[in-house]
Amino acid sequence: MDTATAPTQTNYINVAHTAKSWLLTRDHKRIALLYLISVSVFFMIGGLFALLIRLELLTPAGDLFEAETYNKVFTMHGVAMVFFFLIPAIPATLGNFLVPLMIGAKDLAFPRINLLSWYVYVLGGLFTLAAVIGGGVDTGWTFYTPYSTAASNTHVILTGLGVFISGFSSILTGFNFIVTIHKMRAPGMTWFRLPLFVWASYATSLIAILGTPVVAIAIVLVALERTLHIGVFDPTLGGDPVLYQHLFWFYSHPAVYVMVLPAMGVISELIAAFTRKEIFGYKFVAFSSLAIAVIGFFVWGHHMYVSSQSAFAGLVFSFLTYLVAVPSAVKVFNWTATLYRGSISYQAPMLYAFGFLGLFLIGGLTGLFLGALGLDVHVHDTYFVVAHFHYVMVGGTIMAYLGGLHYWWPKMTGRLYNEGWAKFAALMIFVGFNLTFFPQFLLGYMGMPRRYHMYPEEWQVLNVLSTAGATILGVGYFIPTIYLLWSLKKGEVAGDNPWGATGLEWQTQSPPVTENFPVTPVVTEPAYAYAHQEKRFA
Amino acid sequence: MPNGHAAAHHEALQHHFDSLQQQKDASTFGMWVFLVTEVLFFGGLFMAYILYRTWYPDVWLAASHHLDVTLGAFNTAVLILSSLTMALAVHAAQTGNKNGTALFLVLTMVLGVVFLGVKVVEYSDKFTHHLVPGPTFQFDAPYQRTAQIFFSIYFAMTGMHALHMVIGEGIMLYLLVGALKGRFSAAYYTPVEIGGLYWHFVDIIWIFLFPLLYLVGHH
Amino acid sequence: MFNIPLFPDSASTFAGRVDALYFFIVAVTSFFAILVVALVAFFAVRYKRRRADEVGAPVHGALALELTWTAVPLVLAMVMFYWGASVYFAMAKPPANAMEIYTVGKRWMWKFQHVTGQREINQLHVPIGQPVKLVIGSEDVIHSVYIPAFRVKMDAVPGRTTTLWFQATKAGRYRLFCTEYCGQKHSGMIGEVVVMAPGEFQQWLAGGPATGSMSEMGQKLFTDLACVTCHRDDTTGRGPSLAGVFGSQVTLQGGRTVTADEQYLRESIVNPQAKIVEGYQPLMPTFQGLVSEEQLMQLIAYVKSLGTKGQAPGQTAAPAAEGAQAPGAADTVTK
Repeated sequence: MDTATAPTQTNYINVAHTAKSWLLTRDHKRIALLYLISVSVFFMIGGLFALLIRLELLTPAGDLFEAETYNKVFTMHGVAMVFFFLIPAIPATLGNFLVPLMIGAKDLAFPRINLLSWYVYVLGGLFTLAAVIGGGVDTGWTFYTPYSTAASNTHVILTGLGVFISGFSSILTGFNFIVTIHKMRAPGMTWFRLPLFVWASYATSLIAILGTPVVAIAIVLVALERTLHIGVFDPTLGGDPVLYQHLFWFYSHPAVYVMVLPAMGVISELIAAFTRKEIFGYKFVAFSSLAIAVIGFFVWGHHMYVSSQSAFAGLVFSFLTYLVAVPSAVKVFNWTATLYRGSISYQAPMLYAFGFLGLFLIGGLTGLFLGALGLDVHVHDTYFVVAHFHYVMVGGTIMAYLGGLHYWWPKMTGRLYNEGWAKFAALMIFVGFNLTFFPQFLLGYMGMPRRYHMYPEEWQVLNVLSTAGATILGVGYFIPTIYLLWSLKKGEVAGDNPWGATGLEWQTQSPPVTENFPVTPVVTEPAYAYAHQEKRFA
Repeated sequence: MPNGHAAAHHEALQHHFDSLQQQKDASTFGMWVFLVTEVLFFGGLFMAYILYRTWYPDVWLAASHHLDVTLGAFNTAVLILSSLTMALAVHAAQTGNKNGTALFLVLTMVLGVVFLGVKVVEYSDKFTHHLVPGPTFQFDAPYQRTAQIFFSIYFAMTGMHALHMVIGEGIMLYLLVGALKGRFSAAYYTPVEIGGLYWHFVDIIWIFLFPLLYLVGHH
Repeated sequence: MFNIPLFPDSASTFAGRVDALYFFIVAVTSFFAILVVALVAFFAVRYKRRRADEVGAPVHGALALELTWTAVPLVLAMVMFYWGASVYFAMAKPPANAMEIYTVGKRWMWKFQHVTGQREINQLHVPIGQPVKLVIGSEDVIHSVYIPAFRVKMDAVPGRTTTLWFQATKAGRYRLFCTEYCGQKHSGMIGEVVVMAPGEFQQWLAGGPATGSMSEMGQKLFTDLACVTCHRDDTTGRGPSLAGVFGSQVTLQGGRTVTADEQYLRESIVNPQAKIVEGYQPLMPTFQGLVSEEQLMQLIAYVKSLGTKGQAPGQTAAPAAEGAQAPGAADTVTK
């Protein structure tokens, strides 16, 4: 609290104060903060659209917006959230900040490319914002052909361009992480001493560099089809609209793992730190990330069970979908087992981790319903799917993102936030989230289609519950914004290692200096070596 | 960073690397990772190619005949030759031969320009024959509609490739300036090496494109 | 407002099968969810940090446990996979005696036409106890036919012909939705399925103002569009004879053979150059844009009425080969 004890030593934040020193920085930590600000902006935009969706669905009749407006609202909600928040959120903020620190490097391998990636992200974001301000786009975030190429008269190309450009930022970040993790590890930091967040970031990066180019090309082809009618996706010219779905999901299904794998990495760190214990079955958790990344590339067709693909293809995709479920289950069991004989603290980041476990459990398990061919036919494109992927991508990813942000906030800023408010927000988000999305499973199984502006009256009660939940959730997400910003000035000075956690990032000062470590650290023990360190807390 | 510290501190060493070797490893590995991404960029187009060639084998045959095999073969030879000159440029850089590096870089660039020049001739020929997808597209019956898909994929693939060639020319220019300024030596020639990796990659893509697009039906 | 449904109506033979699988997965997932939550809660209380300097016990892992919790979920996942696939294959294989109804999605309405010629918009009458096969096309963008009470859904893909079948079990009116986003009035592209006792259905069918059966309309088109000048019923025409072609194996140029299903017939009309029958020239012009999706369906119905292999002309029946091919067209991308 006392400003007199504020850190006075040089760190990466106070080393320079000019706008130029931020906008031209090559320091991964500063770039992480730039990303933090910009993804937060898109989170707010996406969140605003989400609230508008829920407001419209309070009543069965479409009485708040015109149908056209509603279609634009859910499209822009999806575009902002998926491409500009969920995909970059953890890798580009926490990942950027932590990967070099965790492996004992001074920076990422290519600092200039790292800065470039942020500018590319911002440029893509500006194109998308221009599309939103210029009247919006109404294709759904999936841009399915031939609707996007032949029917929609909204800003498809401008939005597509924004998504295309921002795709390069995730390619560049992924590329940078892979090289950094391979080539920049400190002496003694072997692969199996890496924190699990680094493993998860590595697996995520593989997906980003392999998948993103394919969707980029698909979007280019959509733009060409729209402007020149080249026929590639146009059935009247002999083309195949379903080809687009293959190209799109080849990226966009793995992209789900781009969103959730880093979240799993964060959870491993949180659970280790707040049980003061090594993660149970470290190697299984590490390899399960890779297994998810690899198998995740071969399940895209499960989005297309009723798209007229052959039954045999459906069979293969369903089989692989069930395979990819297993490594996720393995992770959950290992996290649970880690709690056994731990020293469990209920500090705010751990509450977020508990929240993640509950929500991801439901999100993951409901995926089993969707993988089953005959059952997916019924629930495909209903609110069951909507609820499922929100449980995974919002319940899972955002819970972990917030947990991680709280956990590393003292490292990033040197300050502690208000613990009471943080716990309150975690609880509110958990309750609000379940109230929002659990009713949607029931709606979905009854057959409520997604992307519907109006719906039959008998479904109103569940929709009202969902909207009520969304209101609580919205407030819950807003509270951390306030107390985290407040902590920047008034928060208690954190010290280098407020949690008593292992990991190289906690062995340097808070906030770290520009080159992270005054002396390159030498690693002599595995990650999470708490058992040998009892004396540290004495 | 003006040196004067330890002998290991080469002026090209960036602050966040411990040694020049680590920097070189990172850059080279980085280029390989980047090339993997590049393969996937073309991957989506190859997928579209395979789909439509399977659906419309006759269309592919008829449309492919409108491509000039002679020019395509000539360009293939030009690119293979440019890969040779590029390899020689890397070799010259490795042995500290500044003039040789510059010479072979210039030769590589010239060959690249020849390739692009031929491509311009081919493209303009497609324009005059209304083979560019879009409202002006015309093709003989019976394939007047579906042939457009072939040419869409043709332009997408070769256009992407040509874009890579143009970027490659930029990289060559950058390397040439560096070579003339004496920035490379037997101890530090990483940029030339990874520039070479990129150039070879672009050549290899063409080695795939040529038979797939030009030689449909030639056995 | 006081009648809050939490579960959909069940009105087809699939409903019970899908629900059984659903409840099985609900049971399995609930078991694991409760197990994990109970363990987490128990550990969280039991191993709460008591002293500030306490650390966790040195537990590294246990191979036996890891293998167990890899193998058990894997086995359960395979059971779900098998069960889901068996339901799907049943959905993909319409019985040979299914009654065909031709379905066209168009922004923003559903058009149905019965074999006997009756047309309906946004309303579909079907009898109880009779397998019904929808032959589905789209005039513009992708739509999707969805009848929650029947637990069935299939996309209407422009450029393709897809199929969906069901057998209704309970009289009543059930909702029909479009579930593939198709633009402005997507949420208005809804309708109802009216399930009637067979006798009532026959009455209804007889009562409507039919303009002639589907195949009769197709035959008229076949003449009006001059298809008949090349496709004669002997081998003297410039195009192959269509008698008995439906359901047969057609040999193409180059020796490939394909099954002449709905998708093949459709493609042969709008994109005749895609597959050329062996021994014929690629002379046929495309009818893309000249015939509407509905007219295409009538033409297909007519060609089908010319007999299937081993059957007398005039009888319509689902082809035997359909079973291996489903749902809808085979997709070359994933082959």
